[in-house]
Amino acid sequence: MSTMEAPRAREPSALPSRPAASPLAAMLRQFGRSPAGVIGAIVLLALVLITLLGPTFYGIDPLDLAGAPFTPPGADAWLGTDYLGRDILAGLIYGGRATLTVGGVAAVITIVIGVTVGALAGFFGGAVDTALVKLTEFFQILPSLLFAMVLVTLFGQTLTTITIAIGVVSWPTAARLTRAEFLRLRNLDFVKASRAAGAGNGHLILRVVLPNALPPIIVSATLAIGVAILFEGGLSFLGLGDPNTMSWGLMIGQNRNYVLDSWWTVTFPGAAIFIAVLAISLIGDGINDAINPRLRKRG
Amino acid sequence: MSPVLSVQNLSVAMKGASGIVPVLEHLSFDVAQGKTMALVGESGCGKSMTALAIMRLLPEDFVVTSGRVLLDGENVLAAAPQALRGLRGNKMSMIFQEPMTALNPLYTVGDQIGEVLRQHRGLGRRDATEQAIGFLKAVQIPAAEARVHAYPHQLSGGMRQRVMIAMALACKPKLLIADEPTTALDVTVQAQIFDLLSELQDDTDTAIVLITHDLGAVAELADDVAVLYAGRCIEKGSSQEVIAHARHPYTRGLMACVPHLHLGPAAANVQRELEEIPGMVPPLGARGAECAFLPRCAFAIDVCRAQPQPPLDVVDAHAAVSCWRHREIAP
Amino acid sequence: MSDAWPVAADILLDVNDLVVHFPAGRRGMFGKPSKVHAVDGVSFRVRRGTTFGIVGESGSGKSTTAQAVMRLIPATSGQIVFGGENIAGFQGERLRQARRKFQIVFQDPFSSLDPRRRAGDLVREPLDLLGIGSPKGRDARVSRLLAEVGLPPQAADLFPHQFSGGQRQRLCIARAMAPEPDLIVCDEAVSALDVAIQAQILNLLKKLQRERGLTYIFISHDLGVIQHFCDEIAVMYLGKIVEQAPAPVFFSAPRHPYSWSLVAAAAPPGPLRTRLKAQFLVKGDPPSPVDPPPGCRFAQRCPFVIEKCREEPPVLAVTGPSHFVACHRVNEIEAPNFTASD
Repeated sequence: MSTMEAPRAREPSALPSRPAASPLAAMLRQFGRSPAGVIGAIVLLALVLITLLGPTFYGIDPLDLAGAPFTPPGADAWLGTDYLGRDILAGLIYGGRATLTVGGVAAVITIVIGVTVGALAGFFGGAVDTALVKLTEFFQILPSLLFAMVLVTLFGQTLTTITIAIGVVSWPTAARLTRAEFLRLRNLDFVKASRAAGAGNGHLILRVVLPNALPPIIVSATLAIGVAILFEGGLSFLGLGDPNTMSWGLMIGQNRNYVLDSWWTVTFPGAAIFIAVLAISLIGDGINDAINPRLRKRG
Repeated sequence: MSPVLSVQNLSVAMKGASGIVPVLEHLSFDVAQGKTMALVGESGCGKSMTALAIMRLLPEDFVVTSGRVLLDGENVLAAAPQALRGLRGNKMSMIFQEPMTALNPLYTVGDQIGEVLRQHRGLGRRDATEQAIGFLKAVQIPAAEARVHAYPHQLSGGMRQRVMIAMALACKPKLLIADEPTTALDVTVQAQIFDLLSELQDDTDTAIVLITHDLGAVAELADDVAVLYAGRCIEKGSSQEVIAHARHPYTRGLMACVPHLHLGPAAANVQRELEEIPGMVPPLGARGAECAFLPRCAFAIDVCRAQPQPPLDVVDAHAAVSCWRHREIAP
Repeated sequence: MSDAWPVAADILLDVNDLVVHFPAGRRGMFGKPSKVHAVDGVSFRVRRGTTFGIVGESGSGKSTTAQAVMRLIPATSGQIVFGGENIAGFQGERLRQARRKFQIVFQDPFSSLDPRRRAGDLVREPLDLLGIGSPKGRDARVSRLLAEVGLPPQAADLFPHQFSGGQRQRLCIARAMAPEPDLIVCDEAVSALDVAIQAQILNLLKKLQRERGLTYIFISHDLGVIQHFCDEIAVMYLGKIVEQAPAPVFFSAPRHPYSWSLVAAAAPPGPLRTRLKAQFLVKGDPPSPVDPPPGCRFAQRCPFVIEKCREEPPVLAVTGPSHFVACHRVNEIEAPNFTASD
């Protein structure tokens, strides 16, 4: 070395001065940059508002015989009436509540069952995994529409039964997805590090692994709402809807015989389902873009 | 004799949200036939970007902002796509750090070496396989006749890197770029791969650009070395000279950081406390015009702060250094 | 206490005949199930306040040994006597509470921190989980820990991706230090870092050891790092310790042929390296630890192999003061000359 005295160099503070946004906030911001997601969110929000606030402005009861059967859209009834003379627009407003609720609640049931089964299977592995995978496969190979029809027939054609039936037949996909994420994450060092820091299984599953597995689960949950809405429509179309509660599916199901003569009876509820499911898919795409780091530009 | 590879004033920048950020600045070096040039430095110093720029394989967001890369007198950076395909694999080839991901898992190693030969040499399938066995033997893979039909996952890490080397050398390229070729391998395997590379170089007279962070590898394999720091070449020279007599404070610091092995009687004099360089390499975008090492340098004075990065000062035929004070620090 | 174990007072950790096997599928549909003999009967003792180094190549079982001692992967058999208690038998709450006294730092500082949590929360996590100190006291402790590993206070609010590799490893060290453990296992803790940063982290670990009397188990494949950092060294090959000695003894005169090969590969460039490589560097890659052959694990690659080596596994036997070697021919083969001048 040289003979010169070496004064201590000042250490550059290379740390960023400001903390980054939390992952959730970052995700929301990223979502805001996705046109598809924003449009979907606006449309869905509009639909929800219409179903919630609609009755205040549009005072017709959807089950009342408001006019002559098969009145075409016009001054008497804006969107026409159905085969019994019930108002289609009122049906859309009130039916939207039922349809969106069924979609939302069924999706929650789907995700709760699916994530629980998938998380336990993926986290514990071994015999627990084998048993739960067998169970999942059993539910997956059942023809889901048929199985849901059996459940609804057995337990009664109420909206509650229909919702539960949809949830019960739809969870295997969420379970497989969650299991795969848990299998991937459980061997990462930060999970081991948490265990070494004294974390028990419950803490590891709920606080360490699940938050990191959440992004794809959120996408899947969003899409599950759309699938559940379609499912409800399908059941109603086959005559297994709840006859006492107006829903979009029920409107299509009950008017399906008259579609050729009175197109409006089926087209409007059909369009409503289409728009709702499309909006939900767009939101799903937006979330997917927001959480998928490979598509995201580094800032 | 004109050099096989001549990199002249090469600069690479990254296109970011906040404009263009320099990644590599004004790098020049030559490599002659049969010689090895090592580019050393820590992560983020720009050494891998140099390799990718030479191969014209820069990632999407990176652009060459100045300079020429002459391979046998031909400017690679200006080559048309058609000509470029002829250059890659044929006149220059590359081996990577991670031999598992660089090999296609769906084809046998024989197919993959044969593919290179069929493309560039126009050989038939049978001849190509025949030659592939020869290459596997050349890289000292035992039972080459059987291994030619093996898939990458059936081979060990060291074996895969040998296959990569065989593929890279199949067309007798003028230039081989080796990007951290032994970093992912076990120590005893590393030593074998070093030996293999230098034996093959003796046979084929290939020019090698060795990208590495390992000063031991430089001493063992390289004729010349360029030390990169924060995208700038701060010291250049013959590897013996640079290792025995480093002039730049960064190079000197780097050498002092390495825990060298002391064997036999020397084991008694092991220094338990290592020298360290405080701080860390300035991140991209935080690099000013002044000497990039300035904030970490124990010898920094006002001259260093007032002036831009000093030019490479040629000390003699074997050394050049970019430091205002190197004559005082390392006389 | 029922599972108390008689040990000398200055022994913090006494690992006894540790075995870790993993299932590895079958050979064919009706074949015998294969087993990975990741760790096969490893015993060693670590004195309080010292650093015990384990060196080896991939498949040697060095990381498996460390993680089994940490009770992060299940041991097939053996005792792990830590502070007088056999923690190999601990389960559930008892194990969770015992973890306070032994912590680990992993190789990859990018995968060992939960990307969704802030640095301060990560350092605080062990304190919360183990109920150490009052909530207010924990905050103060986190700031103190960050300062101790050389990070500024504002680091607490940042997310892991905002740190460089070296800073993340400092964070991992702060987190491991949080519950004031007696033992920290460094599992290739500096292997992923650039040399300049590696030196900083090694010096930091040394400083913490001096100040707190910490005991380390230091896993590495880099003999140079091991020599600078460790007091005692064990060389592992395919799940077994083949040589063990205090560092100065080992590096002045290693005795096992595999140690010679490692030393040859790591020797600094020069005539000594050239000579050692020509004489002792083994060819090929380390074999897989699935269903290893009987006899000495190194027999396949050993230049000094005799018939006995292939049939009978050698035991780790004393060959000098605190020097243990597992080789049938340790007294027959002439040891290499490690003097540089020749």
